[in-house]
Amino acid sequence: MDKLLEVKNLNVSYQTYAGEVQSVRGISFDVQKGEAIAIVGESGCGKSVTAKSILRLIKKPGVIKDGSEILYNNENILQFNKKRLSSYRGGEAAIIFQDALASLNPTMTVGKQIVENLVLHNNLSKPQAAEEAVRILEMVGIPNATKRAKQYPHEFSGGMRQRVMIAIAFACKPQLLIADEPTTALDVTIQAQIMDLIKDLQTQLNTAVILITHDLGVVANLAKRVIVMYSGKIVESGNCRDIFYSPKHPYTKALLNAMPRLDLQNKQQLSSIDGSPPDLIAPPIGCAFSPRCDYCMQICLEQSPEYTEFEGAHQAACWLYHKDVPSNIFTEFTEGEIKCQQI
Amino acid sequence: MSADIALEVKNLKKYFQLSKDTTLKAVDDISFNIYKGETLGLVGESGCGKTTCGRTIIGLYDKTDGHVVFNGIDMNKRKLRKDVQMIFQDPYAALNPRMTVADIVAEGIDIHKLAKTKAERTEKIHKYLSLVGLNKEHASRFVHEFSGGQRQRIGIARTLAVEPKFIVLDEPISALDVSIQAQIVNLLVKLQKEIGLTYLFIAHDLSMVKHISDRIAVMYLGTVVEITTSENLYSTPYHPYTQALLSAIPIPDPDVEYEREKSRIKLTGEITSPINPPPGCRFASRCNKATPSCFTQTPVLKEVSPNHLVACIGV
Repeated sequence: MDKLLEVKNLNVSYQTYAGEVQSVRGISFDVQKGEAIAIVGESGCGKSVTAKSILRLIKKPGVIKDGSEILYNNENILQFNKKRLSSYRGGEAAIIFQDALASLNPTMTVGKQIVENLVLHNNLSKPQAAEEAVRILEMVGIPNATKRAKQYPHEFSGGMRQRVMIAIAFACKPQLLIADEPTTALDVTIQAQIMDLIKDLQTQLNTAVILITHDLGVVANLAKRVIVMYSGKIVESGNCRDIFYSPKHPYTKALLNAMPRLDLQNKQQLSSIDGSPPDLIAPPIGCAFSPRCDYCMQICLEQSPEYTEFEGAHQAACWLYHKDVPSNIFTEFTEGEIKCQQI
Repeated sequence: MSADIALEVKNLKKYFQLSKDTTLKAVDDISFNIYKGETLGLVGESGCGKTTCGRTIIGLYDKTDGHVVFNGIDMNKRKLRKDVQMIFQDPYAALNPRMTVADIVAEGIDIHKLAKTKAERTEKIHKYLSLVGLNKEHASRFVHEFSGGQRQRIGIARTLAVEPKFIVLDEPISALDVSIQAQIVNLLVKLQKEIGLTYLFIAHDLSMVKHISDRIAVMYLGTVVEITTSENLYSTPYHPYTQALLSAIPIPDPDVEYEREKSRIKLTGEITSPINPPPGCRFASRCNKATPSCFTQTPVLKEVSPNHLVACIGV
């Protein structure tokens, strides 16, 4: 398979009065052509910052630090000049945000916002682009597209606005689509519609999708590969099935167990993760999850864990897999229930 | 069972007059009971009127018509304000940033004169903070020093401080992260067991509602379409809307999702506007089982099996 995107040792920091917030701390991953992956994590774990970095949308006081590399088709996007960057953004790579109302221009008709993109990237004349825009609106399932193209964003409902966002994103048939919490603001029935749409377009146009979300349910449906982030680092990555059925990192496991499930007994105690994520101004020296981890050992507090490789391109950063770990702790962890399997 | 009814809602209506000829019927003729010590879940999509329903019940909105009776007393009475409390969705907006945590928690205590001396007031503040898992040191701090989960705990402590009997929880966890949601839900369940509270739990997250509720009412465009025990609702949903809603919940399990994908009921279209709603069943335009009579005949709640009420003419 061909690599479309390669992120190498990405570090992003924000300069604030209180100090330097290290939002993303040295993460590396890659995306193949036409592949759907998901980045999962709690708020503040750096998943959205990662997404924005890929499109170079990080604004001051944020900085992508030296030594970070983001390769798109083997070109480093961090070295793109203005012209190359504008053809990359919106043309080859597109992004959908959570809040469609805030992302669309309220003073432009929906059709015009799509036309703008088409004229810039596809060299179409305005009338041609207007025709194309209507066709794209139909493609994303907006009824009465000719009439709707002449309307403004405030005349659309939440789900329809998200469809418009998708229409703009897919207008130039991008190679890479980043969907940053695309359905978080929507209702479940509408969420199902939007996820279906993204899935359809992904297979039809063979676009690679990076889905950023905190909802593991949405992930299960779309992504082939899952990356779990915690406080600016990747703690585990692997195929969707491996992550759900044999999670290796205590955080992934705890996250899966904390989800309420339809098959659990009423009012049964949910296994919660005590405490809250660490402050990234002074990230812990050892494993960032250690203060909340049930299996924390001395080493976890002192040294950051390396990645351990498992079968099927599955890796996790946890000391539990080190050869010197006492076997009783290890078995206690591995034999702990994963409620996911009990359905 | 009837002796144990804590809250009785009868034909509750809340209309908003938008202009001379347009009325928004946010809550349109809703009736249900909540028994003592139970949790009733109220679910539905955004804009279906669930929050308005909760706010109208406790008197934050003046109702257009209908009755709300709590322990035999009409809810209009001021003396009930202490017994009936609310927890809000956004812990960032619900707490006054200029007040210390102690003052926030004690506001209700002061208003209802529940503490006679200063020492008693402080003691109560500490008691309720520890009840929700915060400690004494937090009392003198301001709200901005806390995380979302902790703020929601402060909100809960404030609510409990006036010793209420009934609490309306309006999406208490939807602004929080998954790992924190579980903490708050566990806390709410624990408090209910210890103090014997009655909850009305409003949410759109069905899996969480299923987890916490004894019975669930499903709302669609200002009306209750189905109400039953949470087991029944998930095992045998009758109303086409409930069925669609349940099948739309994503489950964090790839294999199960793959199977469900094939049988998923796909709703087309979006929730219609509650402004001057059409006659007949309000769900008819999106319903996959709609018949011509659905567009003319308004369905009423009827009992299809014990404790299971459905408003659909096709059932």
